[in-house]
Amino acid sequence: MAQVELSAETLRLDAERTVEQISERLREVVYKDLRRRGAVIGLSGGVDSSLVAHLCAHAFGPERVLGVLMPEGESAPDTLDLSQVAADAAGVETVLEDITKLLDAAGCYERRDAAIRSVMPEYAEGWKAKIVLPSLLGDARYSLFTVVAESPEGERREARLTATAYREIVAATNFKQRVRKMLEYHHADRLDFAVIGTPNRLEYDQGFFVKNGDGSADVKPIAHLYKTQVYQLAEHLGVPAVIRERPPTTDTYALEQSQEEFYFSVPFDKLDLCLYAVNEGLPVEAAASATGLSAEVIERVFEDIERKRRAAAYLLAPPILLTNA
Amino acid sequence: MPSPDAIEQEVRQFLRDNFPLSADGVALDREDSLIEVGVIDSTGVLELIGFIEERYELTIADEEVLPENLDSIANITRFVGEKTASANGAG
Repeated sequence: MAQVELSAETLRLDAERTVEQISERLREVVYKDLRRRGAVIGLSGGVDSSLVAHLCAHAFGPERVLGVLMPEGESAPDTLDLSQVAADAAGVETVLEDITKLLDAAGCYERRDAAIRSVMPEYAEGWKAKIVLPSLLGDARYSLFTVVAESPEGERREARLTATAYREIVAATNFKQRVRKMLEYHHADRLDFAVIGTPNRLEYDQGFFVKNGDGSADVKPIAHLYKTQVYQLAEHLGVPAVIRERPPTTDTYALEQSQEEFYFSVPFDKLDLCLYAVNEGLPVEAAASATGLSAEVIERVFEDIERKRRAAAYLLAPPILLTNA
Repeated sequence: MPSPDAIEQEVRQFLRDNFPLSADGVALDREDSLIEVGVIDSTGVLELIGFIEERYELTIADEEVLPENLDSIANITRFVGEKTASANGAG
C-alpha cells in the first residue's frame, strides 16, 4: 500500500493568496450580504483575535474596524496590554470596557465560587482556581475534570469535580464570554458594523466556545483555518511576536490555564495534524508518524475528536423552527 | 450486599433516567461501550461516578476511573460487585 504522507508542511498555506481570498469574502459578506459598514472585534490579546483584527484592517481599512478590549478582575495581567499591542499593530481604534461590575451583578463569581466550595470546602476569598482536564497522553484512564485551586499563601489543592459542580462552574464562567458578546453587539449596533468572530478551526470543529458567547458572530473568517495556519497568517500580516509567542490560554479562570489543560489535552500543532487526518480519512499510522505520538495515543485522540464533535452539535445548532410540527 | 442482577438493573435504570440517548429506546448490550455508543460523555462519566459512590456508599479512586471498570454495563456491574464485596469484607 502506498504510504500516506502527512507532516506540518501539509498544512502550509500560500499566505498572501489566502489573505486576499479572505479579505475579498469579508468585504462581500459584510458590505453586500449583511449591509454593514465595518467590523467589531473583541480583542483578547491572543493570536486568533489579533489575526482577525489584522485581516479586517486589511479588508475594510483600519478606520472601519473597532477593537473592543474587555478585561475583568481575573484576566491575566498582560491581556489588556497585548490586546492594545494587537490593535496598534493593525492600526485600529479601540474602546475599553471593563466587565467586572457586569459580571459581579450577574453573580458570575459568586455562583462559581459556591460550586467550587461544594467539592473543596476550604476554597475561600482570595483563592484562585481553574478547571483542568488531565492529558490524554499519559494513560488509558478517563480524562476527568478537576478543579485546581491555590490559596493566597500559594498552597495548591486539587479535587475531582462532580457533574453538578462542573456544570455550575461552566455555567457561571460562561457569563464572561456572553457579557463580552453583548458589548460587541452594542458597539456594532451603534456603528452599523458587523461582529466578526474569532474561533479557529480547532475551536469551531471541537466546540471550544460558548454558545451565544464567543460562539456568536455575524462572520467567522478563520473558522476554516487550522491553528498552525492561524500562526502562519499572523506572522505574514505582522501580528507582533509577543502575541504569537504567547501560549494559547483560555483567560477564563483566575489561575493561569492553557487551552491544552482545559480542553484539548494534546498540543495544538499535533492536534491540527490529527484533525486533518480525520477530515481527510488518513490512517492512524500517518498521524502517528507526523506527530511522533504512538498509534495507541492517536487512536484515543481520533476517538476524542469524534466525541467532541458530537458534543459540539448542540453548540453549533441554530435555533430550530418546528415548521412541520 | 446487592446481587449482580440487582446492580445491573439499577445501573440500567440510572442510564435510562439520566442520559437521553439511552432513554430513547437504544437497546444496550451488557458489553457495549457507553462512550463509543454515545450514551455518556466526559461529564456523564462524572455523573456515573457520583451515582455509584452515592448509591453503593463507595469511594472511587482516580486510579480506578478506567474503561475496564466503567465503560459498559457488564464492567460497571463487576466493578461495583467487587468493590461492595471488599467493603463488606473489610467491615
